[in-house]
Amino acid sequence: MTTTSLQRMNFWGGVITVLTVLLALLWAFPLYWGVISSLKPENEVVRPYIELWPENPTFSHYYTAIFDTQIVTWYINSIAVAVGVTVITIVTSMLSGYALSQLQFPGRKALWWLILASFMVPTQALIINHFVLIAQLGLINTWAGIMLPQLIHPVIIIVYKQFFDQVPKDFREAAVMDNAGEFRILFKVYLPMNWGVTTALSIVTFIWTWNAFLWPFLSVTRTEMMTVPVGITQVNDAFGVFYARQLAAAVLAGLPVALAYLLFQRKVTEAITLSAGIKG
Amino acid sequence: MLTNRRKDAWIAAVLVAPFLAIYLLVFVWPTIQMFGISFTNAPLIGSGDWVGTENYERLASDPRFRTAAWNTAYFVILTVLPGTVVALLIALGVARLKGRLQSGILALFFLPYILPVSVVYLIWDWVLNFQFGILMHVLDLFGMDRIPIMKTREWFMPAVGVVTIWWTAGFSILLFLAGLRSIPPEIYEAAALDNAGRWTTFRRITWPLLWPVTSLVFTIQLIAQLKIFDQVYLFSQGGRPNDNMVLVYYVFQRAFQQDQGGRAAAVAVTLFVLVVVVSVLQFQLLRMAGGRK
Repeated sequence: MTTTSLQRMNFWGGVITVLTVLLALLWAFPLYWGVISSLKPENEVVRPYIELWPENPTFSHYYTAIFDTQIVTWYINSIAVAVGVTVITIVTSMLSGYALSQLQFPGRKALWWLILASFMVPTQALIINHFVLIAQLGLINTWAGIMLPQLIHPVIIIVYKQFFDQVPKDFREAAVMDNAGEFRILFKVYLPMNWGVTTALSIVTFIWTWNAFLWPFLSVTRTEMMTVPVGITQVNDAFGVFYARQLAAAVLAGLPVALAYLLFQRKVTEAITLSAGIKG
Repeated sequence: MLTNRRKDAWIAAVLVAPFLAIYLLVFVWPTIQMFGISFTNAPLIGSGDWVGTENYERLASDPRFRTAAWNTAYFVILTVLPGTVVALLIALGVARLKGRLQSGILALFFLPYILPVSVVYLIWDWVLNFQFGILMHVLDLFGMDRIPIMKTREWFMPAVGVVTIWWTAGFSILLFLAGLRSIPPEIYEAAALDNAGRWTTFRRITWPLLWPVTSLVFTIQLIAQLKIFDQVYLFSQGGRPNDNMVLVYYVFQRAFQQDQGGRAAAVAVTLFVLVVVVSVLQFQLLRMAGGRK
């Protein structure tokens, strides 16, 4: 390659890099703006010009959001529901994934079809009958009622099956020689070898459940049973038209998942690409 | 050997039982019921009388259903292809970066995707606020008229489309990056030796090798956007939901606001069939893409 063409390539490469960085900053600006606005006193928030940094930063809106609204109750609900859904989904998916991967049994094909079918069905179409079911079970306005319809995550079984398939057969044969039962093989051999994917899947299941809107919104009518994402948009009188206070609540609602992502960036991106059917 | 088989079956039954119980209860049973009540005039809770295909026939002449179907299609057009292109361009830019800078920049693009929809709504509602929103200040700066974006019919869907692309692009970018990383660097080195330009390299190497990921991103988004509800519902609060109606919203309105479970179920079945057909197509497409390798 001639020097001039190399230089030209580097020049345009530099331009693309600068544009990418600028676009990233612009992309994240609404987030920055939301956070900054939540730190301004109400009279600064409504100023008729752009103020990129608060003149008198204050945490008072966070104080009000925490102590004068039900957000703490919503937090407890969200944590209970998200942890519950995550534990149940991961455990049941792991067990079925292991059976599908390692055992021959009648109905295996049918089970696989059920999983693929649930993959394609839009849960949004089932809201009417989910509501009827949860009402019949007397679970409207309960944690169990919010959790039940959110337990459909077929992709997690599929990922587990793929990972169990990859465990070398020697391990299994050695364990069988030692007269180990299937449960021992699963919990002493297959699971420890797949802790990485288990934590990754757990984190994203937690994030998905924390973020869920439609079903928690439908299955709860009492404010004290709401999850955080539903509460902060449905209880208007909790915040009035105080923009900064509402944004403070939004920041509090996004904080757990944003932190989960920033702390476990690798795991989160791994699990998300896996769940889309791409091996990372 | 035979006893082993039988033992296997028993263990499998135990392992699969909890999953099966949950799916029968919250997936199979509600699906059957949905088809069932769509042929009745049942309210949301309680039974109704058999009305045959009346609920479906009414959809044909129902103006609100037409609005919902049209808006859903419009939203798909506004978001799916533009969202894929935007994500691809960003991914190409991010892929050039190295190390910490790359993960930092990727995090900025990805962060919105990790947030709950209501947080996205509150942030953008504030950005677009007619009185105090920063976007209105920007319009002022350019001497343009302020627009009550989410209260204007023409602006509503495009604006929700932009917010949705902003919210979900991180996911598609991630998939594109995974796809780009799987292209062997030797191919690019060979192209550089051949003096291939940037555009030629993209067109002859990156684009064809990335095609399976591109079609995956496209169809995942297509399926996701057919099911749009949350953003439309939230941004319509205090506005005109009937103008902004989409399919899932219509199911919600008929069932939960007008207590017409049967009629709502007919809309739900329509959506159900639509999404399943698209998903089956996607599945076939992926199989073809997988088989090509």
